[in-house]
Amino acid sequence: MPRRRDLTSICLIGSGPIVIGQACEFDYAGCQALKVLRQDGFRTIVVNSNPATIMTDPGFADRTYLEPLDLEGVADVLARERPDALLSTMGGQTALNLARELADAGVLAELGVELIGAPLDVIRRAEDREEFREAVRGVGLKVPSSRIVTGVDELGGISLPAVIRPAFTLGGHGGGFVESVEQLHLQVERGLAESPIRQVLVEESVRGWDEFELEVVRDRKDNVVIVCSIENIDPMGVHTGDSVTVAPQMTLSDHAYQELRDAAVAVIRAVGVECGGSNIQFARERESGELRVIEMNPRVSRSSALASKATGYPIAKIAAKLAVGYTLDEIPNDLTGTTPASFEPTLDYVVVKFPRFAFEKFPGADTTLGTQMKSVGEAMGIGRTFVEAYRKAERSRELDGEERWQLPPTAHPWFHAEIAREPGWLDLDAAVADDFLRYKRAGLADGDIGREEVVRAKRRSCGVRPSYRRVDSCAGEVEAASTYYYSTYGEADEAPPAGTKPRVVILGSGPNRIGQGIEFDYCCVHAAQSFRALGYEAVMVNCNPETVSTDYDTSDRLYFEPLRLEEVLGVCEREQPDGVAIQFGGQTPLKLARGLEAAGFRIIGTPFDAVDIAEDRERFGALLARLGIRCPEWGIARTRGEARAVAERIGFPVLIRPSYVLGGRAMRICYSADDLGEIDRPVLIDRFLESAIEIDVDAVSDGEETYIGAVMQHVEEAGVHSGDSACVLPAPSLTVDEDAEIRAVVRKLARALGVVGLINVQFALADDTLYVLEANPRASRTVPFASKATGVNLVQVACRVLAGARVAELDLSEGLTPRHVSVKAAVLPFARFPGADSVLGPEMRATGEVMASAADLPTAFAKAERAAGRPLPTTGTAFLSVRDADKRAVVRVASALGDLGFKLLATSGTADTLAAAGLEVERVRKVTEQGGGASVVDLIRRGRCNLVVNTPQGSGARTDGYLIREAALVARVPCITTLSGAAAAVHAIANARSEESLSLQERIERETRAA
Amino acid sequence: MTGFLALEDGTVFRGESVAADGFAVGEAVFTTAMTGYQEVVTDPSFAQQLVCFTAPMVGNYGVAEGRSESSRPHARAVLMREARGPAWTDWLHERGLVALTGIDTRSLVLKLRESGALRAVVVAGEGSVEQAVSVARAQAPMSGRALAAGVSTPRPYVYSDAGRARIAVVDYGCKRSILRRLAGAGAAVTVFPHDATCEELERFDGVLLSNGPGDPEPLVGQIAVVRELLGRLPILGICLGHQLLALAAGHETFKLPFGHRGANHPVLERGTGRVLVTSQNHGFAVAPSEAREATHVSLYDGTVEGLDFPLEHARSVQFHPEAGPGPHDARPLIDRWVEEVAHAEAA
Repeated sequence: MPRRRDLTSICLIGSGPIVIGQACEFDYAGCQALKVLRQDGFRTIVVNSNPATIMTDPGFADRTYLEPLDLEGVADVLARERPDALLSTMGGQTALNLARELADAGVLAELGVELIGAPLDVIRRAEDREEFREAVRGVGLKVPSSRIVTGVDELGGISLPAVIRPAFTLGGHGGGFVESVEQLHLQVERGLAESPIRQVLVEESVRGWDEFELEVVRDRKDNVVIVCSIENIDPMGVHTGDSVTVAPQMTLSDHAYQELRDAAVAVIRAVGVECGGSNIQFARERESGELRVIEMNPRVSRSSALASKATGYPIAKIAAKLAVGYTLDEIPNDLTGTTPASFEPTLDYVVVKFPRFAFEKFPGADTTLGTQMKSVGEAMGIGRTFVEAYRKAERSRELDGEERWQLPPTAHPWFHAEIAREPGWLDLDAAVADDFLRYKRAGLADGDIGREEVVRAKRRSCGVRPSYRRVDSCAGEVEAASTYYYSTYGEADEAPPAGTKPRVVILGSGPNRIGQGIEFDYCCVHAAQSFRALGYEAVMVNCNPETVSTDYDTSDRLYFEPLRLEEVLGVCEREQPDGVAIQFGGQTPLKLARGLEAAGFRIIGTPFDAVDIAEDRERFGALLARLGIRCPEWGIARTRGEARAVAERIGFPVLIRPSYVLGGRAMRICYSADDLGEIDRPVLIDRFLESAIEIDVDAVSDGEETYIGAVMQHVEEAGVHSGDSACVLPAPSLTVDEDAEIRAVVRKLARALGVVGLINVQFALADDTLYVLEANPRASRTVPFASKATGVNLVQVACRVLAGARVAELDLSEGLTPRHVSVKAAVLPFARFPGADSVLGPEMRATGEVMASAADLPTAFAKAERAAGRPLPTTGTAFLSVRDADKRAVVRVASALGDLGFKLLATSGTADTLAAAGLEVERVRKVTEQGGGASVVDLIRRGRCNLVVNTPQGSGARTDGYLIREAALVARVPCITTLSGAAAAVHAIANARSEESLSLQERIERETRAA
Repeated sequence: MTGFLALEDGTVFRGESVAADGFAVGEAVFTTAMTGYQEVVTDPSFAQQLVCFTAPMVGNYGVAEGRSESSRPHARAVLMREARGPAWTDWLHERGLVALTGIDTRSLVLKLRESGALRAVVVAGEGSVEQAVSVARAQAPMSGRALAAGVSTPRPYVYSDAGRARIAVVDYGCKRSILRRLAGAGAAVTVFPHDATCEELERFDGVLLSNGPGDPEPLVGQIAVVRELLGRLPILGICLGHQLLALAAGHETFKLPFGHRGANHPVLERGTGRVLVTSQNHGFAVAPSEAREATHVSLYDGTVEGLDFPLEHARSVQFHPEAGPGPHDARPLIDRWVEEVAHAEAA
């Protein structure tokens, strides 16, 4: 059955901002789907609020809408574009939930839009616990016994331990494992609050059982294939997103595996997924072989992205083709070209995935792993044995300390035995080739064996070098033109690359983490595309299975390898590139630059020394002084005494941080000597500019001339990490002179540093004085946002410069102010980390971002907040409680709220201020204040507040504020922790207009015409 | 102890011996099934072969008596990238199999894919490569070799004595899974040697022609018996049985370059347009044909994977509906056949 002829246009919903449980895997899926749908001649429309995605690039769809992913946002787009069909299986749970909402609200029927991929009844059967259980039981399989609960009064007679699973939430959000009645009540309450339909499942605990996942694809002729089996090394009880997993499964006999396979096939048929992929999870009791079907996702998922990367079988691409009518036997296997997709990949290697956590960002948060996902990223390793893959994935996490992961005691004994096989100490002086081979085949890095450089030199002198193998989906049975490689040892190398084109190796950004996420993958993907378009061969190195960069389609060759010097050197030695691009993958590649240069490889673009100047505060300070550019006063201290002396010299408050930090790791603002704390390593101390406006600039330089791509202003004042702050383009409060000064400073800096390629400079504007806060001669987090807001793809520009073009030759017009205003808003994961304070500060904690554009700032800002899942209230009650320093300024915010008809609530101090200013305000008790009546926390919990403005005191005394913010978080009330943020919000509430949604293509066209 | 594999073209792969000493001579082949190593090694169709597993690690989940497809190993040697013991390697050792680990199996597979299955020798321990290569070359090629006699049961026996249909199985190297599936489908099963006569077999309600090793063409006597049986009673052929039925019905067979061995091969069922993911293990195949009776076709190379002669009540499949190892997609074929035979008998 070929492609359906009755469809001509298809709308695809993305997954929105990166949040825990929903990351770049859906950008990868969406890109693949869009690619094949367009190849098939469909008109494609994409809706996604996340600007850092590749799928929202203007070239990826016919119409791209950076609109909020809510009912209203998507319905507007559908009404405007009138597509024939909606593909909702590529955007994670977000898209699936939206599809349901759109159907339930009658929008799809009214507009005549067909739901493809997973029709409504399938979504219901897979997602509604009761329907799912019925379907599974109907085919003779078991699910954990359970009960659906809609209130805490229904908990009698439940046997413990049990698992709480809220319906329709991300990554099991709001769920958990409970052993006591008290825990049961607490968790059910939390789960009910999280579930959009106020429903949770309380079920038989299968904690400790072995956990398996199967990735299944089915077409409308009822052909079913299992793409991949995945075994979780952490048994049941730890969310699969937080678990170390291995593919293919390692411990099941053929008999046991076929039982799982049969069950998976039966489940996908029973649920009725007819044209697409699904992920089905099983629990299996190790001794008895008892099986339980845990859940099914009738869509592509994080696991399907992993399975695609693990096997070379592109599930999203295939699923998209199935959704428009093809059958599996009509779709060729991409890698072989000669055989169809209606087969099951077979692996001659092992793949291991490790999660990456960011608990250090959330002090106070519970770090115990459970059924609710907490990891922020993942890394995958490929090897010819389990341990080889395991060690590669483990070190791909790029942790600060290289601590090893400890297998949980309950893991299958096979895994324990494998890890225990690791060879012991190696006497390097006596070591021969076979010794090195043995160690390398056990997955050990040079640095694990001894001093890295020494081991490497010795190993190479013995002739032991990595060989590269292809991922071909068929274990070599069919000839494959695959360009997807991994390294191993002690084997032949496969067809080393030949070719006459110049070659560039692009280093990726590794696992997602807070501070280094999808934005850098966006840059790497564009770098690959740009270099290919410029006649280069682009070679990608990365180890993040979620990404578009690790799609083998993105580059000429993909090496799925840890981003560590040893492995990257291996790739470079094989590829002999004309240049290595280090400026696109965030901080990760920069750490490798020195070693690469030392080994004789050429860094393409900005030389490493410029990076070093920018990172080394003493060198940078000297440069700024020479150029006459102002920066906040600073000093370096190694002890508490020195710190105190420096701080007293430059004056409090000060910002303290270690050098070479990412995403504001361990940055603190200190208001007095008491705040300085213990200092055990060299720290930088900067004068902290209070109430300064922060400006971000992205630019491209050719070493002489510089193109300023974007000048952006942060909504929150300096002191809130730029990654957590909302950001506006064009900068609304800069004067013409200030703007000119900023541009001049960037030009001067870029030239002095010798930047060739991208540079990002951050400024603070305080009391009409401009200070440079930092300069990063590499792609920044804001590059995708800036590129989409201005319509000029900065990575493309940078690549042309890297390839030798002069900025002057590129025909770029600078200085034009865009006719629309774009706002980027951060999305923060506090709801995932109960116990951690949600106040914004210098330590970055956002996982993702959204973008919205409109004719004016208030409209764009309101839309961005909506897209970030924090729609601003337009009426109701506003609670305000601010620190003393903000007391004067809060009056303006409060009076504006009052004018808008908000009822004002405040705790004593703030209430005094407001009353003194003549505002009508109701006083409410702090939790820590004695007295009768409801406290502010009670009111928030009861849903009596629609907006919370709470700015914390500089330090300490956070108890009340913390409780207020936590209550707001739980009650899902917008909670603003800076006064500048509050002012922007109030301005938006007052002035936002309803405006027609415009696609990115239309906006760019209008800008171009205006230019 | 070290060991090596020497191919007839002089290529040598070195590894480490993990089982019996000595050497083994045979045809080097590979299977891409990721599970079921014990089933593979005990499948009589692997007689005279040196099996290379593409699975990265072999032996992970040990051994169990019930998994064997016959009473003893039939593969001559086992070649693995990474063997895991001790259960599996001990099992191999106890049964006298030569087995090597640390073999660059992917390179071997690519080699066999390019040059076709090769005659080879596996040596556990030190040995002369030259000598090994010349021994490999001295072997008779697999084409033209009749091997069923060497693996078939010497005399008839009853596998299960009660059932709704009485099925005779001709054992050319029959896997236990076939017998299990037949009995599971409700058949009374009697197993006959490879050279059973038409007279012996036609007393039954149906005949199943089993799988087995080697080239079907030289099995002239067996083909003649199948031809004689045609039309007299229902026939189901599996693997070698399929090839014998094809030859009896005038189709051609030929030696595949390197065979189909694995658990992931897509087969198109022409009648329904559906694809079965199948378990396969064959070095010879029925030549592609557009004939009406060719019901199943390999989506890899177009060879005939199934035949159906409705007038003669004879049909056959190249793949293994009994699985063991491999997916169960095609299992209903056996159940349905037994059902039909029982139904025809009752009518």
